[in-house]
Amino acid sequence: MAINYNAKDEVDGGHGSNLVVGSHTGPGNAIGGSGPKSRRPDNTAFKQQRLPAWQPILTAGTVLPAFFIVGLIFIPIGIGVFVTSNNIREFEIDYTGTDEKDPCNKCLFWNDTKPCICEINFTLEQPFEGYVFMYYGLSNFYQNHRRYVKSRDDSQLNGDTDSLKNPSKECEPYRKDGDKPIAPCGAIANSMFNDTLELFQMNESSLIRVPLHKKGIAWWTDKNVKFRNPPGGNLSEVFKGTTKPLNWPKPVYELDEDPENNGFINEDFIVWMRTAALPTFRKLYRLIEKKGVLHPTLPVGQYLLRITYNYPVHTFDGRKRMILSTISWMGGKNPFLGIAYITVGSICFLLGVVLLVIHHKYGNRNNSADIPN
Amino acid sequence: MGRDGGARRKETTAGEGNQGREEPRRLRQQRHRRRRESKTRTVRSNLLPPPGGGEPDVTAKGAPHRWRRNQGSSQYLADNRLKTTKYTVLSFLPKNLFEQFHRLANVYFVLIALFNFVPVLNAFQPELALAPVLFILAVTAIKDLWEDYSRHRSDHEINHMDCLVYCRDEKKFVNRYWKEVRVGDFVQLRCNEIIPADILLLSSSDPDGLCHIETANLDGETNLKQRQVVREFLELDAEFNPLKFTSIIECEKPNNDLSRFRGYIIHENGKKAALYKENLLLRGCTIRNTEEVTGIVIYAGHETKALLNNSGPRYKRSKLERQMNMDVLWCVLILTVMCLFSAVGHGLWVWQYGERKKPLFDVPESDGSYLSPVLAAVYLFLTMIIVLQVLIPISLYVSIEIVKICQVFFIHQDKELYDEETDSKLQCRALNITEDLGQIQYIFSDKTGTLTENKMVFRRCTVSGIEYSHDANARRIAMYQEADSEEEEVVPKGGTLSQRGSIGSHQSVKIVHRTQSTKSHRRTGSRAEAKRASILSKHTAFSSPMEKDITPDPKLFEKVNECARCLEIMRNQEKSLSHLTPELADIFDFFIALTICNTVVVTAPNQPRHKVRVRFELKSPVKTIEDFIRRFTPSRLTSGSNSGSSSSLSTNKSTHKTGSSFLSTLSTESTLLKLEARLTHSSPKMNNNGYGVQPGGGWTTENSLKEGELRYEAESPDEAALVYAARAYNCSLVGRLPDQVSVELPYLGRLTFELLHTLGFDSIRKRMSVVIRHPLTDEINVYTKGADSVMMDLLLPCSADDSRGKHQKKIQSKTQNYLNLYAVDGLRTLCIAKKVLSKEEYACWLQRHLEAESSLENRDELLFQSAIRLETNLHLLGATGIEDRLQDGVPETIANLRQAGLQIWVLTGDKQETAVNIAYACKLLDHDEEIITLNAESQETCAALLEQCLYYVETKFSSEVKKSLGKVNIGFTSLHPPSSSATTCPNLGLVIDGKTLAYALDRTLEDKFLSLARRCRSVLCCRSTPLQKSMVVKLVRNKLKAMTLAIGDGANDVSMIQVADVGVGISGQEGMQAVMASDFAVPRFRQLEKLLLVHGHWCYSRLANMVLYFFYKNAMFVALLFWYQFYCGFSGSSMIDQWFLIFFNLLFSSLPQLITGVLDKDVPAEILVAVPQLYKSGQNMEEYQPYMFWMNMIDAAYQSLVCFFIPYFAYRDSDVDIFSWGTVIMTIALFTIILHLGIETKTWTWLHWTACGFSILLFFIVALVYNASCSTCFPPSNPYWTMQKLMGDPMFYLTTIISSVVALLPRFLYRTFQGTLFPTQLQLGRQLARWAPKKFNVPKDTISQPHPAGEQELQSSALKGSHNSGSPPQDHFPLASQSELPPASVTESKSEQRTPNVNVQSLNDTMMDSLRGHSPVPQRPEGAIQEGPSGDSEGESSTREVSPLSSILDLPDFSLLNWISSTPLFNEFGRAFRLSQSSLQTDMLGGTFLSVGSQLDQDLKGFKRETSDCFQEKVKGTAAVCHNSENLETTFL
Repeated sequence: MAINYNAKDEVDGGHGSNLVVGSHTGPGNAIGGSGPKSRRPDNTAFKQQRLPAWQPILTAGTVLPAFFIVGLIFIPIGIGVFVTSNNIREFEIDYTGTDEKDPCNKCLFWNDTKPCICEINFTLEQPFEGYVFMYYGLSNFYQNHRRYVKSRDDSQLNGDTDSLKNPSKECEPYRKDGDKPIAPCGAIANSMFNDTLELFQMNESSLIRVPLHKKGIAWWTDKNVKFRNPPGGNLSEVFKGTTKPLNWPKPVYELDEDPENNGFINEDFIVWMRTAALPTFRKLYRLIEKKGVLHPTLPVGQYLLRITYNYPVHTFDGRKRMILSTISWMGGKNPFLGIAYITVGSICFLLGVVLLVIHHKYGNRNNSADIPN
Repeated sequence: MGRDGGARRKETTAGEGNQGREEPRRLRQQRHRRRRESKTRTVRSNLLPPPGGGEPDVTAKGAPHRWRRNQGSSQYLADNRLKTTKYTVLSFLPKNLFEQFHRLANVYFVLIALFNFVPVLNAFQPELALAPVLFILAVTAIKDLWEDYSRHRSDHEINHMDCLVYCRDEKKFVNRYWKEVRVGDFVQLRCNEIIPADILLLSSSDPDGLCHIETANLDGETNLKQRQVVREFLELDAEFNPLKFTSIIECEKPNNDLSRFRGYIIHENGKKAALYKENLLLRGCTIRNTEEVTGIVIYAGHETKALLNNSGPRYKRSKLERQMNMDVLWCVLILTVMCLFSAVGHGLWVWQYGERKKPLFDVPESDGSYLSPVLAAVYLFLTMIIVLQVLIPISLYVSIEIVKICQVFFIHQDKELYDEETDSKLQCRALNITEDLGQIQYIFSDKTGTLTENKMVFRRCTVSGIEYSHDANARRIAMYQEADSEEEEVVPKGGTLSQRGSIGSHQSVKIVHRTQSTKSHRRTGSRAEAKRASILSKHTAFSSPMEKDITPDPKLFEKVNECARCLEIMRNQEKSLSHLTPELADIFDFFIALTICNTVVVTAPNQPRHKVRVRFELKSPVKTIEDFIRRFTPSRLTSGSNSGSSSSLSTNKSTHKTGSSFLSTLSTESTLLKLEARLTHSSPKMNNNGYGVQPGGGWTTENSLKEGELRYEAESPDEAALVYAARAYNCSLVGRLPDQVSVELPYLGRLTFELLHTLGFDSIRKRMSVVIRHPLTDEINVYTKGADSVMMDLLLPCSADDSRGKHQKKIQSKTQNYLNLYAVDGLRTLCIAKKVLSKEEYACWLQRHLEAESSLENRDELLFQSAIRLETNLHLLGATGIEDRLQDGVPETIANLRQAGLQIWVLTGDKQETAVNIAYACKLLDHDEEIITLNAESQETCAALLEQCLYYVETKFSSEVKKSLGKVNIGFTSLHPPSSSATTCPNLGLVIDGKTLAYALDRTLEDKFLSLARRCRSVLCCRSTPLQKSMVVKLVRNKLKAMTLAIGDGANDVSMIQVADVGVGISGQEGMQAVMASDFAVPRFRQLEKLLLVHGHWCYSRLANMVLYFFYKNAMFVALLFWYQFYCGFSGSSMIDQWFLIFFNLLFSSLPQLITGVLDKDVPAEILVAVPQLYKSGQNMEEYQPYMFWMNMIDAAYQSLVCFFIPYFAYRDSDVDIFSWGTVIMTIALFTIILHLGIETKTWTWLHWTACGFSILLFFIVALVYNASCSTCFPPSNPYWTMQKLMGDPMFYLTTIISSVVALLPRFLYRTFQGTLFPTQLQLGRQLARWAPKKFNVPKDTISQPHPAGEQELQSSALKGSHNSGSPPQDHFPLASQSELPPASVTESKSEQRTPNVNVQSLNDTMMDSLRGHSPVPQRPEGAIQEGPSGDSEGESSTREVSPLSSILDLPDFSLLNWISSTPLFNEFGRAFRLSQSSLQTDMLGGTFLSVGSQLDQDLKGFKRETSDCFQEKVKGTAAVCHNSENLETTFL
């Protein structure tokens, strides 16, 4: 601003400051100036930066209690979590079949049109009580790859007819097969896990099929809100004009016989579509309902896992697992959190002690020496 | 806009005088014009009809406005319109965007946003990614728009100011806006109007063709300057008629040299006459004291000298921001490394699958092909930049701007920075350098108007050896000061009067007016005073109520009356005056001298002088001997009225008498009331029409001559003060003409003195004289007034024999004593003396004087000699003590700022003596300081001088260091922090004058000068030009890489203000130029303390913390994404929903940090003021050091690891989906980041709590709403119901809690340990505030109270800073030891001046005399220094005390002496005796500090002195050496 005069000031002296900051003082404070409008700033706590304030000073003395409190809270929580986690029964079986001796090894290079079926025996050492969840687990499977995660069309999955016929570009290159749109489109759907797992309890001679529920494994909101079949009566008609994903053996409307679990609202499909966070993950496969208070859901004994082996993972060094697990309020078995809480609690407690020592050694100095006279 | 065009337009080559006749050449010229820059411009009257259509150029000049506009050639002209805006409506968007993209960060962000549109790269939804960038661009654009609009508004107001322009059609002057004024227009200006353009003065209402202008707006000088009508027009008999103006003016093309204007005017008859700067009225000045002037516009608008002088403001970027930008670059580097790492990782990841079948999860390109690993890596690199872009904090810039605006708001709102008297508060004009206030290392201050009030107050006087202390006056001043402290009580007391007064003042401040009434609102000592000021709206350059309301000393007043009565009687009885007692005669002469020995001009307010030239046909000074003889044939001048105003004067006299006889304040108020009543009904109207005498008010010239209305305009405020003082004794100056002075005296009435000669003041003689013929005695008298140092030597030597001589001698010594006393009080002393000349003597002198006057060569020299011849054998009348009142609290402020580690340089245009005087008064220089004075006449001497001083200082310094080393080891541990001002020497002051400064600023010498200057505690540059001021600032800024602050009030400080890192203008005093150029404008100097120490510190620490936090926050957040890359095949995937990612900075984490950045107070204000040392943290950049950035980065890395891996392990091998897990991490990160801020926040107000709570709440609400709003809308994450689900999961809470705790533990612990084990100064300050909040109700006392136990306790005490005040030397010892100086050599060839100390302690009287012996040497610039010390009774008294010691010091063997003085034993000895001296000093000082007055303060001073005196010993020693090293010649260069 090159031009500055007295004149300017006289003319605009009153605004000069306001122009810059744009804060008018508001009605003049009438304490001193009886004038019409004084530019005296308001004497308010806020404007004078005198708001009542808490000014914590971090010294050993002042933070001592915090450490002890944290320690005292964390350790019990940790113990609680740890105990809970330990009470969870979990059984895991790897059926990838990379090992020669593995029953499923034969399926690695299966060339038949018939699906490869392999059976694995295992023994449960402890009874599984309450609800038992059956998971399939994949390792080294990057469901969180950037382009993979994006490769879906939520509108299509939500039953939008337009998207059904013309899926989102995000689905490329699994958007169309020739001219026909793929339903469901995208890489996620295309790579859906399609092994079938069956569980049998082995008696002396007979196999008793363990009833596996395939409903209720997906989020309620997914099943009822996010995923919907396109409107129309017959699913096969609804999906007419679309084609199945390349890797799928059968179209989406033949995933299940149950119309409530078919098409896009097939729960296995929904579960798969919820992409996992980490390359090693598990997904809920089936539910085993509890039998009652007296009988454990899965009693101790020999079991047989029959696998219809379809899903190829060995090409990229992936692993496939079947996991049986009971659950608690905190989900699956995970001792980490409990240990972490206990450790951190102990450390805090220890630090509290250290600080106590420091406080006694140095803390007093501040109080006395700081203040002149 | 039209600057170039304008330059082109009228400029013709210099040789082309008569362009009118040389049309072909002119046309040719026109063609070449674009190629050749011509040297002159030609101006003609716009009123002349255009000479012909073939000459567009001439038409442009010649046509009236309408014409010119129609012909469209006006673009050649720079018109008077002011345009400072950057944008127009149309150009705003493109131009603003263009400017915004100058900021690299914006380009970066836009680029990244655009990356998102590339399908192979896109990490986020492209539209979404643009949002933050657009938001930030929009915010900035709105801010710019607003600023530009405000500029436009102020331009508009200036452009639409009115002035009178001659209109050809109406044949008279009509009102026009400023912007309509063109070159060649005739402008008429009335008294007190501001000049709209550079105007050549053609006519003035003044019979002598003079016009006074006030140039305060331009150069900061408040005295009036005379301008002259162009000579030929002066001789015009008739009134000037613009229509008849046919001359052509040739002058230089526009340039920015204020002090130069050359050109000539060519009359119709071909006669040429030269034009000088005396003929030019400059835009921005104010017409004073002249009823009406007319002139022709020469330069207009942006071509005026005033505007050319204003280079636009430098774009300032704060130091912190520069540092921050450095770290932003580091961030870029980190980002690049991270991206590269990811890219390589991804390449490898792709490569490992390359051989075999592609995995299911590797999505091929849309054509089904797979990318090669290398290409995939390259693409991923760019993708990662998008994903990790937040590392470069996009919202940082906008947040900083917001924070700064809020900080500015709070600075504005501080009521301590509000000045009641002027109803003005601090203005922040630069929004982006608030934090620089907290890092200032050097302060460059103007003196006049900045440190001082720039008004002189008559305080005491001595007449013929009798002191009249004017106690009542002192009491009255004290009362003002008291009133200041209890301002609330004043209001009821003032009653309606003060109410009305303040109303009036408010109105007059705000009303658009052109009278000088704002002038009267200049700040005075207190609010009560301000009221009086507003009541007594006297439009006077150097008059404030303080100056005018002098309560006469009753004793003296009585004597004056008595004297006058005697005279009256004597005159009636036709007796000679010699019958008067000597004392009364002295008193009489004293007052006559006060009244007439000056150049004060008398006028009535708003009434230009109407000169009555009746008495003398001859104009003085006497030109020839014949004149002399003619004039001195006895014709006694009778006293009496030579104007018709005697009756009114007599009535006034009585009013005045009654007024002055009361000494109580009440009566002053009552007289004020009368005056106020008179003035209030008249002044508003004057304000409105700017000049005129309104009808009905009964204001006539006669009325206005009432005494109250008389105003005195003086070249220097001292003169005005003296004249007002004399008037208080009813001895008032009523008229001054070039050849006569009229004085109104009690009983005697008006006396008119014939003024024979005025020998003006010059700084070499340091005195001025008038030669008059006394009307009563018809004697020729010489009255001289001058600095006591020179005057005392010029007195008539009195013989010790006769009693009269003895008496006179006694008077002289008494007077000298009182003078010394005055000097101690910080008063400016003047001696008044008289000499009676016999006619013969006069004739003799006159002859030679006239010869001198008429000689061509050496005229100045001869005149000087002539003056010296006259001013001898004077008879001492008395002495006066005038106070150039320092602004309130200046010494305290300077002391505090110094303690804060700031080095204060004073750069003033004032003369050396005055500057040194003030420097002492405001404690910038101490009397126990050694002062180096640099006065050199040539480059070589300057170089030699610098060399010597440097050598001297270094040797002295290093010897001190050696001595001090022992002390350091014993007394102080390494606890003491090194200071940036490490090289300051505690007791050196440097005084340098303008000429020498010019040499010293030469490229070859600047380094030496600087290294000398930085050793000095204070530097004083006198007589420096504005340019030099800015050069000095630039030098320090560039060479020392120091943060500089320049403070000034006048336009002469503008360049300095603009050059400094921070420019501060004192508002309201001398125009607004300084304020407009400044970054901050404060009403008072003392407010600098709060501005720097408190607000500066806060702003700095807040911003530093915020910036660091920002870096931490973004790094921490981005690192989370980076760690994730290890688990997603480096695919650039992010587990955090992109909406969260994008809006994390803008929404969730922005508010708390803004609140903290605006409101956090690391140390309370009281402590910051009480312990100025805390300011050093800013100077040393303690809050934001380079390593801190890395510490924060490491902490960020750690925290992100924790925040990533705790959830990782907690959710490992579970069925958690990517975005649920990401939300957990996001929540943890948010908690951690906000709690981290909590640890860093020092002060929690409800706003902080609210902000933090709000942020977290906002996140949850947004997340919940977002996750419930649409089941398909947010691809790809589509996080429907995620948050809801998570919140039902205890794992979520458990993970969040433990992660946050673990993440914050180290920092929390670090802060705790730091606060306990090795607290910083600031932390101690905080603790201090906490433990002892009550003690700081009286902070000064508590803090500055020295420790009796000294170092011992200091050492143990953690808060060493607060004790430093008690022990400055210790403060400096370690510092000194750090600066590696060459070892001392014993023999020194220091050329230095006598300093107070030297004078006082080490030189005995004979030595002083010998030095004095040099003084009559004409050029003896250091004499000023002498004045200080010798007029210093403190010094005197100590001389006596020290005498036994000084005999030791005067030992001839100087090497021995040096040895002695360097011995600790001696040191102790010296200290002991110094102690006694200092107690003496304290006593004396105690008396002068009315306001401070507390015993504690005195104690403090005593201690300070004691400690610093240790140094003095050394000074003494070395100084003594130097004096005998026979190097005095250099001294006197």
